[in-house]
Amino acid sequence: MSHLLQLITPALPEVFMAVAAMVLLLVGVFREKESTTLLTWLALAAMVVAGGLVIRSAPVTAFNGLFVVNGFTSYAKILMLVGAGLTSLLINSWAQREKTARNELPVLVMFATIGMMMMISANDLISLYVGLELQSLSLYVLAAYDRDNQRATEAGVKYFVLGALASGLLLYGSSLVYGFGGTTTFDGLATAVKAGPASLGLMIGVVFVIAGLAFKVSAVPFHMWTPDVYEGAPTPITAFFSVAPKIAGLCLFLRVLVGPFGNMIEQWQQVIIFISILSMGWGAVAALAQKNIKRLMAYSSIGHVGYALIGLVVGNEEGARGLLVYLLIYLFMNVGTFAVIMSMRVKGKNVEDISDLSGMAKNHPVMAAVLAALMFSMAGIPPLAGFLGKFYIFVAAVNAGFVWLAVVGLLASVISAVYYIRLIKIMYFDEPGTAFDAPDKLAGTLMVGCGVLMLVIFVLPSSLVDSAQAAARALFLG
Amino acid sequence: MLTAAVFLPLLGAFIAGFFGRLIGDRSSQIVTCLGVGLAAACSIPNFIAVALHAHPETVHLMTFLSSGTFEAEWALRYDTLSAVMVMTVTCVSTLIHVYACGYMSHDDSQPRFMAYLSLFTFAMLMLVTADNLVQLFFGWEGVGLVSYLLIGFWFKKPSACAAAIKAFVVNRVGDFGFLLGIFAVYFIFDSVNFDVIFDAAPGKAESAVTFFGIHAHALTITCLLLFVGAMGKSAQLFLHTWLPDAMEGPTPVSALIHAATMVTAGVFLVARMSPLFEYAPDALAFVTFLGATTAFFAATVGCVQNDIKRIIAYSTCSQLGYMFVACGVSAYQGGIFHLMTHAWFKALLFLSAGAVIHAMSDEQDIRKMGGIWKLIPVTFGVMTIGTIAITGIPPFSGFFSKDMIIESALASGTGVGTYAYVMTILVALLTSFYSWRLIFITFFGKPRADHHTMEHVHESPLVMLIPLGLLAVGAIFIGGGFNHFFVGEGREHFWGEAIKVLHENDSIHRAHTEHHNFFVQWLPLIVSLLGLGWAYLFYVRRTDLPGKLAAQFPDIYRFLLNKWYFDELYNWLFVQNAFRLGRIFWKIGDTGIIDRFGPDGIAMVTAKAAQRLRTVQSGYLYHYAFAMIVGIAVIVTWFVVGAH
Repeated sequence: MSHLLQLITPALPEVFMAVAAMVLLLVGVFREKESTTLLTWLALAAMVVAGGLVIRSAPVTAFNGLFVVNGFTSYAKILMLVGAGLTSLLINSWAQREKTARNELPVLVMFATIGMMMMISANDLISLYVGLELQSLSLYVLAAYDRDNQRATEAGVKYFVLGALASGLLLYGSSLVYGFGGTTTFDGLATAVKAGPASLGLMIGVVFVIAGLAFKVSAVPFHMWTPDVYEGAPTPITAFFSVAPKIAGLCLFLRVLVGPFGNMIEQWQQVIIFISILSMGWGAVAALAQKNIKRLMAYSSIGHVGYALIGLVVGNEEGARGLLVYLLIYLFMNVGTFAVIMSMRVKGKNVEDISDLSGMAKNHPVMAAVLAALMFSMAGIPPLAGFLGKFYIFVAAVNAGFVWLAVVGLLASVISAVYYIRLIKIMYFDEPGTAFDAPDKLAGTLMVGCGVLMLVIFVLPSSLVDSAQAAARALFLG
Repeated sequence: MLTAAVFLPLLGAFIAGFFGRLIGDRSSQIVTCLGVGLAAACSIPNFIAVALHAHPETVHLMTFLSSGTFEAEWALRYDTLSAVMVMTVTCVSTLIHVYACGYMSHDDSQPRFMAYLSLFTFAMLMLVTADNLVQLFFGWEGVGLVSYLLIGFWFKKPSACAAAIKAFVVNRVGDFGFLLGIFAVYFIFDSVNFDVIFDAAPGKAESAVTFFGIHAHALTITCLLLFVGAMGKSAQLFLHTWLPDAMEGPTPVSALIHAATMVTAGVFLVARMSPLFEYAPDALAFVTFLGATTAFFAATVGCVQNDIKRIIAYSTCSQLGYMFVACGVSAYQGGIFHLMTHAWFKALLFLSAGAVIHAMSDEQDIRKMGGIWKLIPVTFGVMTIGTIAITGIPPFSGFFSKDMIIESALASGTGVGTYAYVMTILVALLTSFYSWRLIFITFFGKPRADHHTMEHVHESPLVMLIPLGLLAVGAIFIGGGFNHFFVGEGREHFWGEAIKVLHENDSIHRAHTEHHNFFVQWLPLIVSLLGLGWAYLFYVRRTDLPGKLAAQFPDIYRFLLNKWYFDELYNWLFVQNAFRLGRIFWKIGDTGIIDRFGPDGIAMVTAKAAQRLRTVQSGYLYHYAFAMIVGIAVIVTWFVVGAH
């Protein structure tokens, strides 16, 4: 028994989460009536415990090199757990309100999270794929959760089919990598890549792997699903999509590219630059024409991924630090914004048009102020945290000699500022429309908390930057 | 007490300016009047201690700027010159504050007005008590700013705004020269502190600098640059155009700023820098020449104007010319003396003009007045006192100071001094003419206003009349009372170190010792009386004569009426070209190039691109899948082609 315990210790958070998720399923079955709220809180408790376990876990490589734990994976897992925890609260309050609550809802979120944690810690292309699929399958179900809603089911189907395609690309890439590299373990690949100039087959394999991962983080040109799924899926689930899987995907991107393929940086750098610029540009420009705020957020997140990928392009510790800082700030910006979007309800019905925000400053001054702060933060305007996120990324790019890339990023953020600030203009200067219902307590607390956090992070960024620095260092050591 | 005299007005301005709406009109008036009044009360003992008992003092407040060898302090330098100025400014300002309470009683932003007046007083006091050139410049710009605010006080009137901008811009031209002057001083002396500069000045008398490729006498260049600043502030020829337009401001402003105090800052500057000017004879000659010419120019223009305030404005311009003549012939004491007497009688003239305007229901054109002296006897009386003072009839103030200047000009013995003498005599004649013309047309003859206005002609309230009375007292007695100290036997003891005059330049001394025949001595008075007679003949006896004269010499008349065409010339030369240049930058540079290819162009392109990208997002699954496949195909192709 103790031997077994010792064996699973490195994956204790994941194992705990998995056991907890199954226990919750049973709890749900045995309690005859619908008890999503209880399960949500239990799930939250499980996430908190898992988070504690993550913090306490020591750096180690386990399971014959399939699984790795270090400062970087812990940082990423904490971010994902926070994102998943906060959004599962939103999901529950939405489900209660819409009377669509079912016991499986929090459990699905938990399984998705386990998948993410697994793939972050994966040290082998196979274990990576297993984690990725566990995550993806849960997400497909979540997207189509509101199964009586036509748009939600459409979103689910689109996501599933395209996700399957992306998985196929990833797998195909993995098999090419295996074929030309001779192994699937990250350490083995790293040695193989170091040995000599990479063969063309290996490079093409890497490109396919990148394509598969780019789909998960919705980077252009693998982003097409994002607006439709964001719009179709229920709002809090979109919030979850925009947060946890994005963080997981980007961290995974970082691990795969600087880990096994670190010595091929000259090759993959070009690809990442390409998709980074496309994402920034597409996210900035396409959002201008949007009328639905969830679609707007989809393009916004595409743009944000573009900026974050600059940190990956740089491919050094500073770049990784920038990316990690960016993700943390992005997490709270998005949770706050979606809490506001969730509260856009007129007489018990959700509204999603940007024009519905008009004159919100008069009817809901606090909510408008929070959204304004979040939008300014997204646009990267000081004194809000979003500025810091972009700042660290761009500084890393400039220090690594990618001045022009930083300039492109700046231009894109200027364009994107147009639609962020347009929201503020609509809220503050347009004639007030119908007032929204009062936001529920949870969403209200979350949005205000996130809004305030934007200021706090800007004023006191040092501990955050230090932890990101430590995580980035762990990535490059391990 | 020295500090209080300077900072009390600031306190008043602060309270009235920021809390005026809170505490109301009446309280704002009381606060500001109290601030300035107390300052005036402090200034008199200060004057007695510093000037009469010859006890100069410097109060250090704190360090303003300190960078390398450059050091500028906040300090209040109290010597006779400052004490005279502080006393004049605070006393006249107090009276004008009180007057303004009555004059502005129908205005709806009185706290703002009172705050500006007090702020101006503070800035002016900073200017005159400055211990170094940088602090002086602070006050200098301060008065310039408040002057701008006050000229444009009625900012809903386009002409007031235009006048305010004009005053500001023209002053900037002068200020630019002044700044260059300060730079030159720092360049030569490595300091901006007066004590250091003045001590080192004799040693630098022979040094030379290269300025704009011209190798020239250092102090001459410096003094000329400083004088450019003085020209701007004191409305001397070429930079005078703003002063008549500045009459768009409320009358108390004209009295305080554009007659009694601010415009004399230039004269003060020259007097303050006398230790420098004394070693720059060429600069002095230029000051004399320009002063004399300005005096003449303004006097000729003043003879044909019809706006009551503009006549007085040109008269101010002309009297400032006198003061510069005095400075130019090294009779700084005479210049400051005239400055002080002028402050009193010119404030008096302006305020009584304000009372007339008040009485005539805001009419300013003297051709539409007339026959009102019986209706407003007090105003008429004090205005006549002011006129007697300005025309230099003894024993009123103007006689002493003006006579001193004219005599000094003659006694200086230089060529330019003689020119100045001839000019000042001529100007004395013209001054007398236009001043009495103003009195005669305004108060005598048949009423030319309509019935309605005439019925409403009334004496001003007591709050306006009392300041007028006090100013009249000053206009009568200041000259005789202080003659001994300023320019008489007691002057050396009185001035102490404040003003420096080289012995060979001391024209006042010479004027006192040289004796001329009776005619020369009394010539100023004679021409003044001549002017009185001339005006009497033209505007009381034979009112048809002016028209005939104008018809006889239409060109000269038009030339004078249009103020020697300075405005037109500047308009054609600078303003229009500046506008033209601005339009080029705006239409072609900004809209045509920057906007078109910059913000507007980019915005249009992105908006179009956004529409296009939207159509890509078709919603069809196979489109999306196709995009992914194409994407990966492009990247792989790029790799394969790039690798080989």
